[in-house]
Amino acid sequence: MNHKKLEAKSVPMAILVSILVTIGGLVEIVPLYTVDQQVVKIEDVEPYRPLELEGRDIYLREGCYTCHSQAVRPFRDETERYGPYSKAGEYVYDRPFQFGSKRTGPDLQREGGANVDSWHYLHFKDPRVTSPGSIMPNYPWLYEAKLDRSATMKKLEVLKKLGTPYDEKYDDEEWVMKQMDRDSKRIAERIARDLKEDVPPDTEVIALIAYMQKLGADIKWRKK
Amino acid sequence: MDKKLYYDESTPRLFAFFTVFWGFVGMLVGLYAALELAFWQMNFDIPYLTFGRIRPLHTNAVIFAFTANGIFAGVYYSLQRVCKTRMFSDALSKIHLWGWQLIIVLDAVFLLMGYTDGKEYAEPVWSIDILITLIWVVFAINFFGTVAIRKVKHMYVAVWFYMSTIITIAMLHIVNNLAIPVTLTKSYPIYSGVQDALIQWWYGHNAVGFLLTTPILGLMYYFLPKAVNRPVYSYRLSILHFWSLVFIYIWAGPHHLIYTALPDWCQTLGMVFSLMLIAPSWGGMINGILTFKGAWDKLRTDAIAKFFVVGLTFYGMSTFEGPMLSIKSVSALGHYTDWIVGHVHSGALGWVGFTIFAMLYWMVPRLYKTELYSQDLATKHFWIGTIGILIYVVSMWVTGVTQGLMWRAVTAQGDLMYSFIETVHQLHPYYILRAIGGGIYLVGVVMMGYNLMMTAKQGKVTPTPIAPEAVDIAEEKEAK
Repeated sequence: MNHKKLEAKSVPMAILVSILVTIGGLVEIVPLYTVDQQVVKIEDVEPYRPLELEGRDIYLREGCYTCHSQAVRPFRDETERYGPYSKAGEYVYDRPFQFGSKRTGPDLQREGGANVDSWHYLHFKDPRVTSPGSIMPNYPWLYEAKLDRSATMKKLEVLKKLGTPYDEKYDDEEWVMKQMDRDSKRIAERIARDLKEDVPPDTEVIALIAYMQKLGADIKWRKK
Repeated sequence: MDKKLYYDESTPRLFAFFTVFWGFVGMLVGLYAALELAFWQMNFDIPYLTFGRIRPLHTNAVIFAFTANGIFAGVYYSLQRVCKTRMFSDALSKIHLWGWQLIIVLDAVFLLMGYTDGKEYAEPVWSIDILITLIWVVFAINFFGTVAIRKVKHMYVAVWFYMSTIITIAMLHIVNNLAIPVTLTKSYPIYSGVQDALIQWWYGHNAVGFLLTTPILGLMYYFLPKAVNRPVYSYRLSILHFWSLVFIYIWAGPHHLIYTALPDWCQTLGMVFSLMLIAPSWGGMINGILTFKGAWDKLRTDAIAKFFVVGLTFYGMSTFEGPMLSIKSVSALGHYTDWIVGHVHSGALGWVGFTIFAMLYWMVPRLYKTELYSQDLATKHFWIGTIGILIYVVSMWVTGVTQGLMWRAVTAQGDLMYSFIETVHQLHPYYILRAIGGGIYLVGVVMMGYNLMMTAKQGKVTPTPIAPEAVDIAEEKEAK
């Protein structure tokens, strides 16, 4: 039998295995890069602002994807519950993607605009205040830790290199820091107004809220 | 003494020790994570204990620490014996052994600190990814070196499976982790959005295929015939299912992305190949189970045989369930629910866990030139483990289907019947039940740890000479 000959030779066998395990990946992956219609661009979708980007990295750090998905499926119950189903063009600036695989908590793809900033501010401190019966943990440390901006410029530089269309203003550290200050102050002031308490603008939770409000909000679907 | 005339047994001994140790740690973390889902207060407001950080620690520990060490133990033991030679390089064996443990410790610390790539089962950050690549290359050189200096003409079927693992995991790991670093612990992947999702699940599904399936099949092909003292049932079937498994597995990744924004043709392709995957998977299961032919009586008396046969049964069951879940309409119900968690655990606890336990119970006494300390305790472990898995899997089936049905339920007027939080409450009792099932399984692992420790204690470490003329029972049938 011919296989007896193959089994006696390790190199040809290794080569054959290598070829066989490559075919499937090539057929499925290559078209996503070479055929433009596979990921249809959406004009309205914009890159993350620096504060949102830092918030997103906190979302990764805390492993939010282990309980929350960011992919609304095209089913009636899901569009009813969350909003329009997800399109490929909405994810183009997501590195890494955060579709998730488990909904212990609800999907977050359409979270942007679903709740006000102060709702999120209360929610991360104790989710049961805003969502009675929730089994989500408290995140008190997000309110103590100051947002670490030491790598922000490097992050923007890397993302630009990877193709995210940040213009030359984003190379200017002073401008970026000012923009982050402005963005976080706006959120902190809104929360302070709602809750009638002091809200420091430079904590991690503010960045996370900025990210929450960006989620799925680029396509204007929510009726005011 | 000329080392070349003896097998290296210290490497598999240490790998076996770490298998049990990390198995205990990884499953304990899993149990804790399960308890947090049942009682959120157990997060204690401590960042290092929150579910979001310890869930990746649990999956990384059981896959890359428990399972991988188990595979390495079995490969280092069996490869030398089917090649009738000592490992290619003792130095590389040592680098592999200790390098891998270093990776595990670093990864565990990083994950608790919140340093993660944020991609499931690929959480280790880029600096650890490079270490993993280096150690994997060391393993590959040692493996192919040993194969090259083998004293037998043909490579035994287990070696084919090991080989496919080494090649494919290298490819998956490198391609999925291509990224540009920002700091030592942070990077951004070169892929984004939907492309990133496809690459990730191409990796993720095949990590299941080539770390939790092919090497375990390799172990099964060596240790099962040894344990029941029968040759592998069918050589032809092993050829057939090996090549088809290796070819088909790679295509199945997109079934993790059904009904997401991934192009539809790609989802369908993933679904179709997942369905086809039943054939080669069951080929392996049937070949394993029928190897018992003429030795079925062992199931009455021998704990190792019990572990093997139930492990294979769970393999057959989860490789049936997997393709079913890949069907679009079934995925619509099961995706995002605990059904998937149950599916993974019937494979991980049943197939991977039980096969590795069987291997350890057979191999450790031989590495210490003694008998197993207690057959009785091993049999008890078997029953406790089986009950634990059943409680776990059944509770997750109920949870998953309940969740899926409640999410989609609508009233006669067409409004959603349940709010999300109502579905969460409904699951609470089953989350407790799941933690109990996992806890019971963990008790079994502790019993095994004790049993193997006492076995090592009563045994002795003496070198085993390589006997080139001896024909392995496993190869007997081929030799005829």
